[in-house]
Amino acid sequence: MKTERIAKKFARCAHEGRPALITFVSAGAPDLATGSAILQGLPAAGADLIELGMPFSDPMADGLAIQLGGQRALADGHTLHTTLDMVKIFRQNDDTTPIILMGYYNPIYAFGREKFLAAAREAGVDGLIIVDLPYEEDEELCLPALEAGLNFIRLTTPTTDDARLELVLQNTSGFVYYVSMTGVTGAALSNTKAVGEAVTRIKIQTDLPVAVGFGIKTADDAALIGRYADVVVVGTVLVNAVADSLDSEGKATPETVSAVHDLVASLADGVRRART
Amino acid sequence: MNEQKTNSLRNGPTEEGRFGDFGGRFVAETLMPLIRELEEAYDAAKSDPAYIAQLSDLNTHYTGRPSPLYFAERMSEHLGGAKVYFKREELNHTGSHKLNNCLGQILLAKRMGKTRIIAETGAGQHGVATATVCARFGLPCVVYMGATDVERQAPNVFRMELLGAKIVPVTAGAGTLKDAMNEALRDWVANVEDTYYLIGTAAGPHPYPAMVRDFQSVIGAELREQFDRIEGGTPDALVACIGGGSNAIGLFHEFLDDPNVKMYGAEAGGYGIDVDNGHAASMTGGRPGVLHGNRTYLLQDEDGQILEGDSISAGLDYPGVGPEHSFLKDSGRVNYVPITDSEALEAFQLCARLEGILPALESAHGLAQVMKLAPTMDRDQTIVLCLSGRGDKDVDTVSQHIKGA
Ligand SMILES: Cc1ncc(COP(=O)(O)O)c(C=O)c1O
Repeated sequence: MKTERIAKKFARCAHEGRPALITFVSAGAPDLATGSAILQGLPAAGADLIELGMPFSDPMADGLAIQLGGQRALADGHTLHTTLDMVKIFRQNDDTTPIILMGYYNPIYAFGREKFLAAAREAGVDGLIIVDLPYEEDEELCLPALEAGLNFIRLTTPTTDDARLELVLQNTSGFVYYVSMTGVTGAALSNTKAVGEAVTRIKIQTDLPVAVGFGIKTADDAALIGRYADVVVVGTVLVNAVADSLDSEGKATPETVSAVHDLVASLADGVRRART
Repeated sequence: MNEQKTNSLRNGPTEEGRFGDFGGRFVAETLMPLIRELEEAYDAAKSDPAYIAQLSDLNTHYTGRPSPLYFAERMSEHLGGAKVYFKREELNHTGSHKLNNCLGQILLAKRMGKTRIIAETGAGQHGVATATVCARFGLPCVVYMGATDVERQAPNVFRMELLGAKIVPVTAGAGTLKDAMNEALRDWVANVEDTYYLIGTAAGPHPYPAMVRDFQSVIGAELREQFDRIEGGTPDALVACIGGGSNAIGLFHEFLDDPNVKMYGAEAGGYGIDVDNGHAASMTGGRPGVLHGNRTYLLQDEDGQILEGDSISAGLDYPGVGPEHSFLKDSGRVNYVPITDSEALEAFQLCARLEGILPALESAHGLAQVMKLAPTMDRDQTIVLCLSGRGDKDVDTVSQHIKGA
């Protein structure tokens, strides 16, 4: 009895003959009110799915932009409980846009695994991407999450060979997330041809939709990657849009929310050009 | 190697890298294949006579092993109880136990065909040891070091530069060891092809905790032989300081199944264990969590955010600890105790005056525990302290505290 929002959304995008757009934002950044306004407006701006970053003090796989985004939220008193509250409020007006929580394991472990899974499901979360839980640690959270009706979306990377890919895919659900390069979030996209080949290689082994993320910054990037991928993921540039809109004290300005939504609109335009 | 007993405390880790519930492999997918490759390479190397012989030769002729077991006569007299011995790792080349691990890992990196070495460092002792082996084997070396530590361990920064290493100051967080480790992991993710991550303590994802322990276990193995020759039998108590726990596990591991040998790990108590975020005693003041690839005791808040910790000693200023120590704590085999900054400073000065030895501030934490323990023991009993490093690097810090006080 997994939540069905993800599958329904992909079916709809496929019907429209275009890749889906996933937007990543850090929950509660730069502050709770602004972060909530950003979140609420993402679907109208053109996001098909939403990745909501759970802030963590030590985001080892993230570049500076997302590190600072999470730090702004934590400095504002944000916790995992607040992230779940944001989802709950979002769900009051939107029951179709999938929400995937992305982050690191320790805040969940501290929350209590079973308690967290129940609370996430209850709040209206559809899936989890936990960076520091490879398949070797499936019993920690992946298997209990699947049991609780949440999708567990796995990352595969350029270092994942075919033999390993089979094991990575085993308990993956919802979609597969291909990390376009070896590097942290925010680095530059290097070789789009290799990305296309990797997507083909993954599709031999699975029927799940394949998302591609890391390094996608512009509508043109989105259009280019959307030629190969079922799903295009954009994060760092949105977090940067928040950062660039802040005043000299790091506080939100009247432009903060619209800066993010305008960028999402142009990226949504990009994915709609991908296959024309 | 040693025979395996079913009820032994020395059997860990499991194939999954677990010591009881602790340890594991909590890393991003990009790094997972590298960690599996490292595990295979290490398994092959440790049973290869050529590798073992080369390491042993370097230990003898480059490091200067075995390190002496020294009877600290005046310290013993002063404390008026157990006889105190120092296992003198501070006499190793580069001035600490860190070289034991670096030599083992650099030979492994060579075998694996890696051409670039990265490391994190707190006090700079591991950075110096890594820069040293990189110079010795002709490999480029990048050392990540928290900006706070760059400042308080300045002599070691210059040493590393002389050895040809590139130092990258890390300004994230409090600019200490945890932040340096995050940045080293980010470097590794971005440079998977050619880079070997030379972790400096018995922590991180499997196989690092077991591998670093094995390289440091030369300390305990030598001690057993030396002690039996000098005193007969085994020591009554072992004491070591705990940063990530590599010198301590190196001392303890040999004796874990000797029930008469008591063991004490001295954690960084900073301003005191009751001071919020004012210490770095992850076992006496933290709870289990997951960071830097392993489950272990961590300093963290209610929400699972990692705290920075605080200690006068850069090498102990880390909010976690190696997973095997977490296991040994829960099993009750080792006693972990907090030592405050001022207790460590007092031990530092006492050691200088009574023994003519400047211990590293890290090691001074262990000595402070010896000072508490020895007077409670009989004169025919013995304590061995792992004197993990020399204190030259800390002279400025100590002088600031003495004059400031
Ligand atoms: C002299 C010395 N002792 C101890 C430590 C702590 O590390 P570990 O607990 O891994 O031995 C350090 C770390 O920098 C050190 O320099």
